[in-house]
Amino acid sequence: MSRPDAIVVGGGIVGAACARELAMAGLGVTLVEAEFVGGGATAAGMGHIVVMDDSPPQFGLTALSRALLDELAPALPAAVERDRCGTLWVAEDEDQLVAARLKAAAYGDAKVEASVVDGAELPRLEPGLRPGLAGGLLVPGDGVVYPPALARWLAEDARRLGAAIREGEPVTALDGRSVMTARGRIDAALVVNAAGAAAPILTHGLPIVPRRGHLVITDRHPGFCRHQVLELGYLKSAHSSTGASVAFNVQPRMTGQVLIGSSRELVGWNRTPNRALLGRMLRRAADFMPALAGLSAIRSWIGFRPATPDNLPLIGPSSRIDGLWIAAGHEGLGITTALGTARLLGDLILGRAPSLDPVPFTPDRSGEPAAAVHA
Amino acid sequence: MSDASVLETDVAIVGAGPAGIAAAVAARAEGARTLLLDSAPRPGGQIWRHRDPAQLPASGRRWIERLSGSGAEWIHSANAIDLPAPGVLIAEREGRAFTIRWRSLVIATGATERLLPFPGWTLPNVFGVGGLQALLKAGASVAARRVIVAGSGPLLLPVASSLAAAGATIRLVAEQAPALRVYRFAGALWSDPVRLAQAARYRAGFRRARYRCGTWIVRVDPVGSALSVTLTDGRRIWTDRTDLVAVGYGLVPDVRLARLAGCSIASGCVAVDRSQRTSVPSVFCAGEPTGIAGADSAVAQGRLAGAAAAGARRTGGAASRARRFAARLDRAFALRPDLRALPDPATIVCRCEDVSLGEIGEGWSARQIKLYTRAGMGPCQGRVCQPALEFLRRTGADAVRLPLFPAPVGLLADHANRDEGDS
Amino acid sequence: MPELVEFTVDGVTCRAAPGTSLAAAMLDAGVTAFRRSRTGEPRGPVCGMGICFECRVAIDGIAHRRACLEPVRAGMTVRTGE
Ligand SMILES: Cc1cc2nc3c(=O)[nH]c(=O)nc-3n(C[C@H](O)[C@H](O)[C@H](O)COP(=O)(O)OP(=O)(O)OC[C@H]3O[C@@H](n4cnc5c(N)ncnc54)[C@H](O)[C@@H]3O)c2cc1C
Ligand SMILES: Cc1cc2nc3c(=O)[nH]c(=O)nc-3n(C[C@H](O)[C@H](O)[C@H](O)COP(=O)(O)OP(=O)(O)OC[C@H]3O[C@@H](n4cnc5c(N)ncnc54)[C@H](O)[C@@H]3O)c2cc1C
Repeated sequence: MSRPDAIVVGGGIVGAACARELAMAGLGVTLVEAEFVGGGATAAGMGHIVVMDDSPPQFGLTALSRALLDELAPALPAAVERDRCGTLWVAEDEDQLVAARLKAAAYGDAKVEASVVDGAELPRLEPGLRPGLAGGLLVPGDGVVYPPALARWLAEDARRLGAAIREGEPVTALDGRSVMTARGRIDAALVVNAAGAAAPILTHGLPIVPRRGHLVITDRHPGFCRHQVLELGYLKSAHSSTGASVAFNVQPRMTGQVLIGSSRELVGWNRTPNRALLGRMLRRAADFMPALAGLSAIRSWIGFRPATPDNLPLIGPSSRIDGLWIAAGHEGLGITTALGTARLLGDLILGRAPSLDPVPFTPDRSGEPAAAVHA
Repeated sequence: MSDASVLETDVAIVGAGPAGIAAAVAARAEGARTLLLDSAPRPGGQIWRHRDPAQLPASGRRWIERLSGSGAEWIHSANAIDLPAPGVLIAEREGRAFTIRWRSLVIATGATERLLPFPGWTLPNVFGVGGLQALLKAGASVAARRVIVAGSGPLLLPVASSLAAAGATIRLVAEQAPALRVYRFAGALWSDPVRLAQAARYRAGFRRARYRCGTWIVRVDPVGSALSVTLTDGRRIWTDRTDLVAVGYGLVPDVRLARLAGCSIASGCVAVDRSQRTSVPSVFCAGEPTGIAGADSAVAQGRLAGAAAAGARRTGGAASRARRFAARLDRAFALRPDLRALPDPATIVCRCEDVSLGEIGEGWSARQIKLYTRAGMGPCQGRVCQPALEFLRRTGADAVRLPLFPAPVGLLADHANRDEGDS
Repeated sequence: MPELVEFTVDGVTCRAAPGTSLAAAMLDAGVTAFRRSRTGEPRGPVCGMGICFECRVAIDGIAHRRACLEPVRAGMTVRTGE
């Protein structure tokens, strides 16, 4: 096999998108995945494609990413289950409705369509919501995908563009010029660490820890809800960096199923479900949508979000290891932000004008290893 | 939730087939408080569950009578869905949860039928072999209906015989295993007079029908309200008309609850010692989950398990005999490779999600198949397609996830609530 | 002969002996398609024991009930094809 220009380590949605972006630019790319493409955090994610305004860089990255997915949409196979169902952020009280108004203004400034919904209109949009809610914010351009299928398509597209996809091959060590696997050494001009929450195992000191989440899926109950519906308090949960938290987050699948989230806790790689937290999560959901309690739940699972201290992913060159690039740490937004990440990384690697300000995403911005932050 | 939804017992038994019933009776005999639960509305499991108890074999009737006289608490129509902590079992009944606190748990969850895909296997009126039998026992009428019974294993004969007794016309019993192996297996039954007498009785039940070894169904097509069945013996291909088809390829131990409990599993069976103890403290297992060995073995194991679970020091060779029998069965009725060629790329493999074989790549793991195609993601959670894929694609078993059976969202919310209060 | 219980399937009145499972009673009433699969195929009971989930119907308005595990009850209203 000829020597690739770039090796991407990790075939989650982020690695698959990066491999495709670099292959599109004409680089010879080899993607190396320990298990199979899309089987990591990507397989556990809800697949909500959402513009998030919790910080200006996040806003920019999510908006860019969503636009890139819109461009791809016509090419995507049905298995990706893309549904532009929109997001409905629900305000419980007047304070939250005020926050929704501020958000609407910010979205408007950034040319992202969003509108405030009052309490009377809410039941027309989502009849299952409990009465008496204050209103909400509707973001019609958001949507839903089935993450493992999108990751797989991105990797397949990279392959069509000439990339080599090597699955079932764990990387044991890497630097900026080569990676070691059980099958031997691969050399290249540059290496991208896109191993998600496992990235720090291969590049010590990256401030990424697994933040665990539970999800529950129901049997088919078509028409139960029409939008991805979240509480405006979601961001509080997403940002709580220590204690366990839950938020109301419900999604209609194209299959007619309802996917229910979400929980967050820092318990390392522990795979034993936390029934108490799962119960809290479901009660929170049923509190907003009482009829959820009667739906038939067929399965629950857990996943590990690759979390960083400031909730922004690490995208860019390592300052310590020449030739090494990082694309990891996307916490609960990696399905959304994979395409924007790949575009920005490509810009930086190829010396193109960056599509976003890269500074907030600089991998070494914290300087401190994650353990010090999350201990 | 009211307190009535928490039940306390010494011995909790999941599964009310021969193993679970015998375990309940044995545990009661030792004086232990005993609770037995099953998804089905009546006790008896796959073999002794009958709408009309008069139809049961004498031994089954006797055991069910013993159960009702034993003082064990019997909870019907309840699915065990979670084991959140040692000593705690969560069950769902009519959409509501209840908690059972136990000192010992006996897993007696039995087996499920292995169904293999072929063109037409998803048509209405194509059943499992155990499946059609279960429906018959539940009151379905087969009088004057033509039936082809096919597949593999010792279940074929008794089912054909009971269908015939209920007035069905058995067109053919097609066993895929070659005659030599089947008769050698039957010959070995000389060492077991009870089983031999059974076999003779079954055969007499449909004397005019043919029992053909080395024969299997290739496809089934609808013709009006009847079915056209294409069969082969590997040399010749022919078709036959029938109303119903019963086709199943043996049984697979149901080890899901045992897996959830964390019991060690060896080649698909729960590992137990001479007291039916599993690798997990205070958790016992009896019957088909330890290996497919039939009702008598299940009873023997159930007695040991029930007594041991109640604290009696009781050991026996039932489990190792069962393992030996299961191994003989596996050899005699080993599935022929030809069966792997039956499904074409358009044949559905996962019936819940309508995933066809052509969508599944060679060499994919069970988890990869699930994530890429949705096979195994539906309500049956792979209970049908996983054993099929293990045969077709040599995949392993996928992880067991909560809940073990579908349950209302509100129930999961509540039962977790109580755990939190306890801790 | 015990008295038969009456129930309805998609509005049509059916009868069965008490203790019969709903799946068995529906088969006897000539119903073969209990549900429609994802791609629209008609499906009916297969395993008879609550494992395959092919016999799912709506019973008294509650979706996704396994007909093989429900004894038929007087007045039950059953909807197929979900
Ligand atoms: C419960 C939950 C809900 C979520 N919901 C959403 C949502 O609605 N919207 C959204 O945008 N995001 C969501 N996310 C977040 C999203 O799933 C992740 O941010 C995203 O999948 C991260 O992608 P990744 O490619 O970085 O990581 P992964 O998908 O984990 O990929 C990393 C890959 O690297 C491989 N790897 C690891 N080590 C090695 C090695 N040594 N050698 C080779 N390969 C290796 C792994 O096998 C894996 O395939 C959710 C996450 C969770 C857990
Ligand atoms: C949008 C979406 C919709 C979905 N819809 C459905 C649905 O309708 N029905 C359904 O059933 N599922 C559905 N899923 C399910 C879901 O894909 C899986 O259950 C999910 O992949 C979570 O898997 P899991 O890791 O919890 O467990 P599994 O995928 O079941 O497997 C766990 C894996 O972890 C591995 N593992 C265990 N311990 C370790 C360790 N220490 N280190 C490394 N690996 C380990 C095991 O080998 C195993 O492969 C959906 C998922 C998504 C994203």
